[in-house]
Amino acid sequence: MHYLTIKNNQSVPVSDIPEVSYNAFLVLNTGMVVESPGRHCVNYFGYRDDEKIKLICCIAGDLDHVIYISSCLVDTHMELASFTAKNLCFEKFEREIHENFGLKYSDHPWLKPVRYSHDRFDKSQTMANYPFYSIDSEELHEVGVGPIHAGVIEPGHFRFICNGEQILHLEIQLGYQHRGIEKLILEKKQLNQLATLAENIAGDTAIGHSVAFAHVWESLCGFETSRDIDFTRTVALELERIAIHTGDLSAVCTDIAYQLGSSVFGRLRTPIVNFMQEWCGNRLSKGLIRPGQNKIPFTQDLAKRLSEVLDTFEPDFTEMNKELFNMPSALSRFERTGVVSVEDASAIGAVGMAARASGVTRDIRLSHPHSLYPELNHEPIVKRHGDVYSRVAIRRKEVFQSMKYLRTLIANVPEPSDSTNIKALKSPGAGLLTISLVEGWRGEICHCAITGSNGELKHYKIKDPSFHNWMALALSVRNNEISDFPICNKSFNLSYSGHDL
Amino acid sequence: MFNNLSILYHQGKQFIPDVTTAKVPGIFHGRPVISMVKVDEIELKELCPVNAISVNPVSIDLGKCTFCGECAMRFPEKISFTTDYKISVNERKSLIVKEGDEKQMTVNPDKVRKELHSLFGRSLKLRQVSAGGDNSCEWELNASNNVQFDLGRFGIEFVASPRHADGIVITGPITENMAEALQICYDATPDPKIIVLVGTDAISGGIFDGSPAIDRSFLDKYPIDLYIPGNPAHPLTIINGLLDLTRKRK
Repeated sequence: MHYLTIKNNQSVPVSDIPEVSYNAFLVLNTGMVVESPGRHCVNYFGYRDDEKIKLICCIAGDLDHVIYISSCLVDTHMELASFTAKNLCFEKFEREIHENFGLKYSDHPWLKPVRYSHDRFDKSQTMANYPFYSIDSEELHEVGVGPIHAGVIEPGHFRFICNGEQILHLEIQLGYQHRGIEKLILEKKQLNQLATLAENIAGDTAIGHSVAFAHVWESLCGFETSRDIDFTRTVALELERIAIHTGDLSAVCTDIAYQLGSSVFGRLRTPIVNFMQEWCGNRLSKGLIRPGQNKIPFTQDLAKRLSEVLDTFEPDFTEMNKELFNMPSALSRFERTGVVSVEDASAIGAVGMAARASGVTRDIRLSHPHSLYPELNHEPIVKRHGDVYSRVAIRRKEVFQSMKYLRTLIANVPEPSDSTNIKALKSPGAGLLTISLVEGWRGEICHCAITGSNGELKHYKIKDPSFHNWMALALSVRNNEISDFPICNKSFNLSYSGHDL
Repeated sequence: MFNNLSILYHQGKQFIPDVTTAKVPGIFHGRPVISMVKVDEIELKELCPVNAISVNPVSIDLGKCTFCGECAMRFPEKISFTTDYKISVNERKSLIVKEGDEKQMTVNPDKVRKELHSLFGRSLKLRQVSAGGDNSCEWELNASNNVQFDLGRFGIEFVASPRHADGIVITGPITENMAEALQICYDATPDPKIIVLVGTDAISGGIFDGSPAIDRSFLDKYPIDLYIPGNPAHPLTIINGLLDLTRKRK
């Protein structure tokens, strides 16, 4: 065996992970992904181990519900054959490893900077001298947008190469949001500091990332969550999905200049986020999820309130959707715009809602269920066309699905555990590796931690779903009119801060 | 057409008639009140993930606070958060709430530049710059413009170009990678202009304070006109803060 098989949220001693030669490591991991479409890479990263770099690759088996972990130790001066040459989904991971440690690859197509992290290997690479792809031509022109965009959104630079109104190529430069979170997680010592960092990775996915962090921490400490903790997390994740999907429907309507849809969906988000505030005091539920405790339990009264909120939300949401999805002027903007084919989506390792809109059945709630998801028997909603329509329609359906789940969940609210019975969190075990996968509203969030000989965090790796899906956006706009870029962009609604960390 | 009208009819009136007196639902972490009760102050201080609590006397710096409510849960007899969302101020020191303080937090009219009322009192166009913001304050700034909060009714709008703007709104701790773009944006905004900081991250760096990947030197160069605390700031905090700054008080 050249790999170790573990479950989602399981901790294993790092020493148990087989260390193989680089060649075997490459053949093993690329082979797993190439041979089986039901497997994909959830994380591939390196960290310093004395003078060398330890590479760890995590491949998730979606059908067999396990994660395959293997490792390899390499010298920094070696030139390696790239995984990317065998399978494109490793492209960004290898660029990241190259950026952080200066590892050289002989056959990687283009080792472009990923996020200009503060501790990057080559400091001469700066935001200002990003090597954009360009085409020498009299007929083509370039359009540069950003980092500051027209609206109130996060920064990133988009460089289009256009033939008249048509986009030939889009390249996206990120890194403006880099705050050094992965380093800060190693430096901060108090648990509530770490939890605060986790919920600030991407503010719109505060629940998703803080649940992933909580799972990692609890697994490292050997803490078993009680039913009420799992309940809180499942409810919060589904509420977050409803709130953000509804807001995204509003944003898409704004971009097709449909004022009524924009206003109605925009206002429909408010009762959901206000419910979050009633529950935990914050409209984005920051401060709700903490490792090892059910900080603010979900009570019977809250269940009654949520039921009322959903009952008044649903008819308005249904009515507005019926109108939007029957309006020829809206449909003509959605259909066949911004297509990502199923082949492209799987090749680049797209995840989450965006992958499902292109016909890739990839959903952690089904493949690696945690919290109360096993009981919900989740069936992912999958669309085939991969266009803006599919990505908008999937949101509508997922909102209805989440409402159904919430109603099932709140019919049976577990009693909060007796506080005298709660075991305090121990400190993390020494020399462990944990991997946690959570299906946030955007898709698969992956947190991976490695502890040192005293149980201190030695490495922490965060992967937001946007990490892969930015490439899906770049592919989707090819051969579309540049005026359709905003609606393609909104149909993905990717995170800049989650990518830049 | 008729379907659209019927949706309009079903939606009814959604706007909040008076944003200065509206109530926020449920528990809300607004202006804290600190009692004079004696507690283990060292434990209290160390509880805070962002060092927002000082002792002797006990005080909370809302420019650093992430409003997680941990301190109020552990020491309910000492600290409580009221639902008062009017916590925007124009002086950094006014963000520090000391024990025994019960008074409301307001913009100090003496410190507001004289020309602001006459120039921006009826129309204020702002350029927002996210410099490492995690999309939560950006999200709430957008929410301030929705049909419920409707910031636009006061003539306050976000514009696409700094050249059309009367000031900039900064969110996020200001990353090293975004520092240059922020400077360019500020320089492109015509004088006179204001700077507004929204959210804990922008005001103090928040949990990112001390990270080598952030560069806050921009803030040392210019006066700040308004601090809007929160994690993220609530739309009512944002709207009332901007109104307080630009409107003449009766």
